[in-house]
Amino acid sequence: MIRLADIRFRWRSRDPPVLDIPELVVDRGETLFVKGPSGGGKTTLLNLLGGVVEPEAGTVTILGTEIAGLRGGARDAFRADHIGFVFQMFNLVPYLPLIDNVLLPCRFSARRRERAGARPEIEARRLLAHMGLDAERLAGRPVSRLSQGEQQRVAAARALIGTPELVIADEPTSALDEDVRQAFLSLLMEEVDKAGATLVFVSHDARLEPAFGRSLALAEINRATPER
Amino acid sequence: MPIVILALRSVANRKATAGLVVFAIGLSVALLLGVERVRTEARASFANTISGTDLVVGARSGALPLLLYSVFRIGNATNNISWKSYRTIARSPGIAWTIPFSLGDSHRGFRVLGTDLGYFEHYRYGRRNRLAFAAGGPFDDVFDAVLGAEVAATLGYRTGDPIVVSHGLGAQGISDHADKPFRVAGILARTGTPVDRTVHVSLEGIEAIHVDWRHGAPIPGLAVSAEAVRGMDLTPKTITAFLVGLESRLAVFGLQRRINEYRAEPLLAILPGVALQELWDLMGTAEAALSAISVFVVATGLLCMMATMLAGLGERRREMAILRSVGARPAHVFGLLIAEALALTVAGIAVGLGIFYAALAIAQPVVSASYGLYLPVAPPTSREFLFLALVVVAGAVSGAIPAWRAYTQSLADGMTART
Ligand SMILES: Nc1ncnc2c1ncn2[C@@H]1O[C@H](COP(=O)(O)OP(=O)(O)OP(=O)(O)O)[C@@H](O)[C@H]1O
Ligand SMILES: [Mg+2]
Repeated sequence: MIRLADIRFRWRSRDPPVLDIPELVVDRGETLFVKGPSGGGKTTLLNLLGGVVEPEAGTVTILGTEIAGLRGGARDAFRADHIGFVFQMFNLVPYLPLIDNVLLPCRFSARRRERAGARPEIEARRLLAHMGLDAERLAGRPVSRLSQGEQQRVAAARALIGTPELVIADEPTSALDEDVRQAFLSLLMEEVDKAGATLVFVSHDARLEPAFGRSLALAEINRATPER
Repeated sequence: MPIVILALRSVANRKATAGLVVFAIGLSVALLLGVERVRTEARASFANTISGTDLVVGARSGALPLLLYSVFRIGNATNNISWKSYRTIARSPGIAWTIPFSLGDSHRGFRVLGTDLGYFEHYRYGRRNRLAFAAGGPFDDVFDAVLGAEVAATLGYRTGDPIVVSHGLGAQGISDHADKPFRVAGILARTGTPVDRTVHVSLEGIEAIHVDWRHGAPIPGLAVSAEAVRGMDLTPKTITAFLVGLESRLAVFGLQRRINEYRAEPLLAILPGVALQELWDLMGTAEAALSAISVFVVATGLLCMMATMLAGLGERRREMAILRSVGARPAHVFGLLIAEALALTVAGIAVGLGIFYAALAIAQPVVSASYGLYLPVAPPTSREFLFLALVVVAGAVSGAIPAWRAYTQSLADGMTART
């Protein structure tokens, strides 16, 4: 599913490398928990997996495609087609209505649109309902008025629409309080499981670790870990 | 194209700032259109003021003053022409007609022009249009007057109404010829030229009201009644200027030279077309300055848009990161901002057209009354459309700078932008 080999990455040429990973393999359907200190390069790794940035050296293979070798536009299209993202906070485009926020990936990817069924709106509503959100009730409100927990669930619905093979979550629960966090995580896991997707989940919250199939400390595989 | 929908939503979401930017662009576009419309109409009406006249003759001064006081009824003649010289020249061979002008009096701010019946027959304006009557007919009696359309409309006169001519061009009542009132005999149809703002009377009428005046004041103890004056010889002693129409245009330069070298008194003959061009060139600088200002105002409106867009980019980094995460390319981010700039510009143009036409509808009667300039409330000309198209292009170009910033920003941020 995911295969990183001999990756080296730095944000700017004058900076020291943030990532130096000889190998990382994630199998299809696996749920991977990635932990590590702040500034350790977790978010950077996710950028690399999503093809938003290119490594200086090495290969990033996702679903058998070497995305680091693709041209910029093709990488963007690949991401739209195969990967769903959830971030820590401010996941939503403030000027789009709730349902359009969920449907965003379908706007950029024909594949996701097709896989979301004949009427993607219906699929969006189904996902929202499954996340415990009533799209009708919240429709009139600007998305920025939603609570953090509600916003994260909208973001999860967006990441899942059109069943991408890979779901990447960057500390999606750290802005949520205890009960909401557990509920959110189990909903996410359930949907990912149902879709047969692979999940890469970054967090420093070790309490969430047990729910995952595999756990990984980034520092163990990243030789570029900054000395602190 | 998802980007267009996003752009429209994004603009609609920031109603207050977007509204201000649209209004600023709208005002600037309205100014641009206004200046352009006034400019072209002024030029057209200017060129249309007089036609078919081969020479304008007056006492020797400059070509421009002569043109201004005789054709545009602006300013004053410094000297007159003797009636004898006028008659001598008018009888020269090759001359088809002449129209004498006697200026110097006024009626409630409108100039009074003493002339003869040839005026209604030979005077031409625009594309050789002749004067037409909206009511009544030419003057018939010494104390008959024919009003220009604007005079009648502004002062609410109809045929048969009495009017009192004032001496000189000052306000009514300072020195009136109240003892010899005129009667409105006819009202001319609108021409869009200074004729509309002129009160026409016969040369005899002008002479009649001045028989008991000397050096601009009534002669004490010598009041001649309106009835008594009819019995007197009312042949004028002087006139202010006259227009000449030739049988053959080829003779124009020869006659012009002969008049300019006229021995008995210093005269000046000008070709109206040449003098008009000279005058227009003189105003060309002001005109160009006005156009330049309106272009700068549009540029200011667009800069205002650019500034607000640039200022907004910082807080939109997160939004761009989200868009990247769902598959937007950096090019999409670029396109989003260009589309926003275009949406703002097009909305600004729509508002500008609204302001322009509203202002035109309001200003039209006022401008027509005070400047004799008729501004048609007509759809934009192809030239105006071209200007609007250029504004759209300029809007897109102004959007390119914030768009480029957003593009590079989103490339550098990837999905890590936090704010
Ligand atoms: N867009 C960027 N441009 C330049 N440097 C960056 C950028 N994003 C991250 N960095 C740098 O890369 C390093 C790794 O950052 P990263 O965000 O990947 O850490 P992280 O493990 O996700 O931390 P946290 O747990 O706080 O989210 C940091 O030193 C950071 O300053
Ligand atoms: Mg991070």
